[in-house]
This record gives sequence, C-alpha cells and structure tokens, in this order.
Amino acid sequence: MEIRPIISALMRSKVSMILIGLQVALTLAIVCNALFIIVERAHLMNRPSGMNESETFTFGSSGFAQGYDAHTQMQADLALLRGLPGVVDATTSNSTPLANGGWDTGILLQPKQKTPSADSALYFVDSHGINTFDTHLIAGRNFKPEEIATMDQGSRVQPPVIIVTKALADKLFPDGNAVGKSVYMDEDPPTSTIVGVIDHLQEPWVTNKDIENVTLIPGYMPYGNYSRYLVRTEPGRRDEVMKDAEQKLGVSNTGRIIGKMRSLETLRHEAYANDRAMMIILLAVIFCLLTITALGIVGMASFWVAQRTKQIGTRRALGASRGAILRYFLTENFLITTGGLIVGGVLAYGLSLWLLTNTDGARLLPWYYVPMGFVCLWILGQIAVLGPATRAARVPPAVATRSV
Amino acid sequence: MFAYYLELGLRSLRRNPILTALMVIGIATGIAASMTTLTVMYLLGNDPIPWKSGKLHYVQLDNWDANNPWRDDGKPPDQVTYQDAQALMAAGKADKQAAMFKISLPVQPENKDLKPFQSLGRATYADFFGMFEPPFKYGGAWNHDQDKQHAHVVVLGKDLNEKLFGGQDSTGKTIRMSGTDYTIIGVVGDWKLRTRYYDLTNGAFSDPDEFFFPYTTAIDLKQRSSGNNSCFKSPEPGWDAYLQSDCVWQQMWVELDSPARLAEYKSFLDNYVNEQKKLGRFPRPLNNQLLNVTEWMKDQKVVSRDVQVQTGLGFAFLIVCLVNTIGLLLAKFTRKSGEIGLRRALGASKRDVFTQFLIESGVVGLSGGVLGLILTGLGLVAVRALYEEYKTVAQLDWSMIGVTIVLAVVSALLAGLYPTWRACSVQPAAQLKV
Repeated sequence: MEIRPIISALMRSKVSMILIGLQVALTLAIVCNALFIIVERAHLMNRPSGMNESETFTFGSSGFAQGYDAHTQMQADLALLRGLPGVVDATTSNSTPLANGGWDTGILLQPKQKTPSADSALYFVDSHGINTFDTHLIAGRNFKPEEIATMDQGSRVQPPVIIVTKALADKLFPDGNAVGKSVYMDEDPPTSTIVGVIDHLQEPWVTNKDIENVTLIPGYMPYGNYSRYLVRTEPGRRDEVMKDAEQKLGVSNTGRIIGKMRSLETLRHEAYANDRAMMIILLAVIFCLLTITALGIVGMASFWVAQRTKQIGTRRALGASRGAILRYFLTENFLITTGGLIVGGVLAYGLSLWLLTNTDGARLLPWYYVPMGFVCLWILGQIAVLGPATRAARVPPAVATRSV
Repeated sequence: MFAYYLELGLRSLRRNPILTALMVIGIATGIAASMTTLTVMYLLGNDPIPWKSGKLHYVQLDNWDANNPWRDDGKPPDQVTYQDAQALMAAGKADKQAAMFKISLPVQPENKDLKPFQSLGRATYADFFGMFEPPFKYGGAWNHDQDKQHAHVVVLGKDLNEKLFGGQDSTGKTIRMSGTDYTIIGVVGDWKLRTRYYDLTNGAFSDPDEFFFPYTTAIDLKQRSSGNNSCFKSPEPGWDAYLQSDCVWQQMWVELDSPARLAEYKSFLDNYVNEQKKLGRFPRPLNNQLLNVTEWMKDQKVVSRDVQVQTGLGFAFLIVCLVNTIGLLLAKFTRKSGEIGLRRALGASKRDVFTQFLIESGVVGLSGGVLGLILTGLGLVAVRALYEEYKTVAQLDWSMIGVTIVLAVVSALLAGLYPTWRACSVQPAAQLKV
C-alpha cells in the first residue's frame, strides 16, 4: 500500500495530524476508564441480596400512646400480617439487605479474643425469618418457635442458637461443618451454637466488603417502641397486600404510627442510586466524546479533501482509480488514529492510576480494555472518514486541468 | 474597526453554518460537562459558614478498644460517648459548646385532621444556636438555665411549623411529642444548609432537622438516638448502663475564638483523656482530633470520590472539545489564506488580521458559552434527577455562571490563538501567485 506518500503528505500538515491524534488519544483514555467504572458498578449492582425482592416489603411501627407495649403489639401485628390474604409469610426483623442501616458485631471463637474472627450483620427474626427472606437452609435446621427470646434494645446478645450464612460459616470454620459449632457473639460466655446455615443473605450495607456475613438471631427485639416488619406475598400481590396491611394495622391500634411501606425493589433502587447515577453520567460522557471525536475527524477530513482537490484530480488524471483515492484517505485516517491510540494507551493507564488514588478497592484497568478501545476507535475513525473520502473519490480527473 | 471585524466574523461564520455549528456545539458541550460537574463539586465542598468555620471545632476522642482501632487508618471514632460529652459540657472550657444527637419522636397534632407522624429532630444545648446561627423567623433559642432545668421547650424547624401551624407564628403554643407537651419558643426560618455539616455521621444530605430541644430533657426520655451508635463491647442491660458505656453516639462541637484558645482546649482535652486513663478508660494512645468545619468535611469526604472523578472527566472532555475546535478553526482559517493574502497585500497589518480572526474565534466562544450555560442548566437538572441527595447542591450559582462565561470565552480564544497566529503569518506573495 502507498504508505510513504501518505506519510510525507501528513508531515506537511503536522499540526492538524497531531490535533486529531491527540483527540483520539484522550478519547481512548477516557472511554476505557469510564467503561471500566461502568462495568465495575454494574457488577456491584448485580449481586443478589439473597432474598425475594420483588414480592417482599418492609415497614416500621412506632408506638406513642401511654401504656403502649411493643412486645404485645409485635405479637398481634405478626398474627394480623400472617393472616392477611395474599401473605406468604411475615417476620419481624430489625433490618434487611439493602436498607443501609442496621446492627453489626464482631464474632469471636474464643472468649475475650482480642480481634474478632469475623464481622457480621445481625437480623433479629423469629422462626418465620428464613421463609420470609426466602433464603434457603443448606445445612442444619430452622429456629424452633420456643427458641425465640424476648429482647430489648439494651439486652446483651448471647443467644443459645444462631443461623449463619454460608459465607460467614466458611470464614469462621474453613474446614466446613459449621453446624453444631459454638461461637461468642459477646466477649463473655455463654456461647451461641450454630444450628443452621443458609445459602445467601446480604448485609444491610451495600458498600461493605464482606457483604454476605450475616447472622440470624432468634429474638423479638423492638427498639424501644419501634419495631420493624418484613412481609412476603404471593407473586403479583405485593402492592395490594401493602395497602391492605397499612389500612388494617392502622386501625388495629391508633396509639402508634405505621411508617412508610417500602418494597425491597425500592430499597434496591435507593441503595444503588449513586452507582446508577455514576453509570449514567459516564455513559453520557462516552457518548458525547465519541460523537465529538467522530465529528472532528469528519471536519478535518473534509477540509483535507477540499484542500487537495487539485492533487486528487491530478492523481486521477494520471491513472489512479477511485478505489485508490478512497483507500488513500482511509489509510491516512488509520495511520493518524493508530498514532493517537498508541499515545492513548499510555494515557489510559495514567488516568487509571489517578483513579486508583483515594479509592478503596479500585483495580487497575484490565489489559483487554485498551485493545478493545483500539478496535472501536479504528472502526469509528474509518466510518467518520468514509463520507469525505467518498467525496474525494468522486473528484473528476478534469479538475487537474483547471486553474484555481 | 471592532464592529467591522465583528461583521466580517459573523459573515464568515454564516458562510459555513455546519462547521460553525460544529464548533459552537463542541465548545458548548465541553463547557456544560465541565461546569455541571464543577458546580456540584464546588457547592458540595463549599464552606457552609465561612465567617466562623475556622472557629467551630469537632471533638473526637479515641476511647476505642485497646486491640482494634476504630478504623484501619487509626483515626479516632467519629462520635463521642454520653459520659465524655457530659464531662466536656460540664467543664465548659470552650467559648461555646454543644453536644447533640439525632432523635426521632412521634408528633401528636392537636388538629385531628392530621394523623400522628414521626419527626426527626435534634437534642442539643442552648449554645447550638449561637454556634451554627440558624436564622429565627419567630421567637428564639432557649438559654443555659433552661438547659439545666431540663425545660420542656422546643424550637421548630420551618417544615414542621409549616405542617402543624401553616407557617404562622406558633411561639407560645405547645406541641405534643411522645406523650409530652413542649412549649414552642422559636421557629427557624429559611436555613439554607447545603450540607448538614454539624452531623456528617448521620448523612450530610439528610433533610433539615424538624425540631430542636434541650439535650437534658431528651436524656430524660431514656430513648436512644435514631442516628448511628457504635460500641466495641456490649453495654450491660439498662439505660443507665448504656449511658455509662463506651458506646459512641453523640456529636460534640466547640467554638474557640482564637488560636490561643484552640491550643488551650487541645491541652485541656489531652489532660481530660489522661485523667480518664487513670480510671481505666481510653486504653489506646492519646489520639484526640479537633478539626474545624472545613477540615471535618474533608475528613468525612463530603465531596465524594465519584464527584471528583466526574469533574476530572468533565474537564478532560472539555480539553477534547477544545482540541477539536482548534482543528476546525485551523482548517477554516487555512482555507482563507487567499483572502488573508489579499488583505495583507492591500495594506492590512498582521495585527489587523490577528484582531479580525481573534474576534471571529471570540464570537464562536461566546456563542458556545451561552449555549453551554443553557446546557449546564439542563445538566444540573439531570444531576438533581439522578442524585436525590444533591438537590441542594446541583443549583446554578451566580459565581459559577460567571466562571462558565469566562471559561467559554477564554477557551475559545485559546483555541483560536494558534489558528489565528497561523492565519496572520500567511505570506501575501505566496497567496497571490496563481
């Protein structure tokens, strides 16, 4: 291919060439890193919470009347909720996955152990907890109704039995067989025995590292006069049950406030709002960048074609085919883009290093983003230059004979 | 001459409408991307109380576990215990001081049309109002005596007063919360807080506090804070044991009017902790932190890393747009070599040609700036839609509008400089030969 004449022609308009190359370089660096951030966020957002999100909702109830008894009310509320048409199961739970607020504690294997063996979020539930979360026991058993203790916000948490997630069981007992083992939920005895292991359940905090370290505690535990409930419904009946529950609970005791009913889908939407916003903003940046760069290439190529109309005519008159002219401009664009991309590859890693600073858990840009970016920008460049190049190919040879 | 060059510039821009549009849109999107992100970053990190942010200090004491630091980086806990807050309040060594915590109480309106509802407020001391200066619409704050007397008084926030009393002067009336009546002594007006900087632990962008009432009165309710509570070891059962525990759940602010007072207070804190060590508390090495408002906001990363990254990328995008504009202007001016040669041959100086083309670039920049400003407005609408919590910071701000216009014109002139310089160094003789 006729590369040498292309290069010598390019050398005569170095500045324009550098400008297009620089634009391509910056575009590659930004697009690769932005795309990587988007993929990472999407990965975070796709982690399952371990529960049935579409058919579950949660709400709080706070009593204020004189003589309000949170424990009696909790039993009445649970009975009412479980009896509502369309309800599969209901439990009390101080928090849920995606709620972004809750209780976590260190779990010890020895009394007075200096550093906890694992951190875990706690959900205080009754024997309906597992069924309401719609998570699954993979070993051991569920809580028995008689094991559910009556607790207060200030109680020490030393339950005789607990259920843990597989992630937490593996962390505490890497050899397996966590069922039957004892741990310390408090720095002092008595110990708590693991009676069951569930497959998946997330902590309330989506930003936590060990997000599946969860312990279920058998306990009815209102925070003062505040209690929280979780309700799972039959498929498709969530919104209807929500309204029904709100109405019936409201009239069952007017000495308390029923908080806003929120589906787990709403909680998920809110928990990842910032990640979603970041993704959308970065997508917009990528789109604008590619558009601007493509338009820049079109503009510059059009200018070059216009500037060289006479030379093109001369080449055509000397026997060059239309295809040869077209190829000339495509090759020229390929060369400039490639130069820009090589610089851009280096810039991409520079940018990635900057992004790494002050960011917990961020990773360096994986290698395959850069070659993928190369291919995309090569294609973009060729498409952008196609219009002007086709126009160039249509320049009639007769132009050569005209004076300017 | 300026008017003539302006006319020439406009005519030249009209001759190539597509190219002109490309340049203007390029600059405008670049400006919009960078200014939208910069506005959010600037307003997030903006000093909320510039006239005294250097005097207000947030107290942190390291009462944490001997073996495990509060955080891996060794920073002290972000809140203090009840007993330490009490000790510091009783000592009263600062010019002003206020311990505080967030609390949620049920409000039982007298108006039976309104159902009882949960309200989020703050238990604090009288000095809070002198320190953070919320503007009062009606009435005023309570005083130190009322702090001591556990007075049943309350200052309502704007929203709660709106909801219960339709925004009327409610001072002197009572409000029933959790079964107890409180006398309303003041109503806060429009307190435009972009970030609730005095309690960053419980959400810098949470809704404003709906009421304020004396801390001493709140403790009598024996109700825990509705904000964050952290313990490194479980307290013994019961409210009194909780108060005596090493759980942190309160914020402690002090106002120190001079650097000398700050130094005094620092050594006071060190002495306090050393005394406590003798009593068996504070097993960790001395690690007190006394940050002022802006330092505390930085420490708590109010400007999130995402916002910094977005701003960085916004400006990188602006650079791409400028490089694009330089290229297009260069192309455009180079095509005019013949015209330039003719003008130079007819006696125009280099300076004249330079002025003419710089004005043309300036027009592109100004149009880009104006369009960019409109796009920035749209961009901020988008940010508000995307980030519910940034609704108070994603606002067009006068100083930012000024920066936008200046940025647009300066960028366009910078972008126009090289192409213009190339244009005016055209040799007339070379162009006039056929």
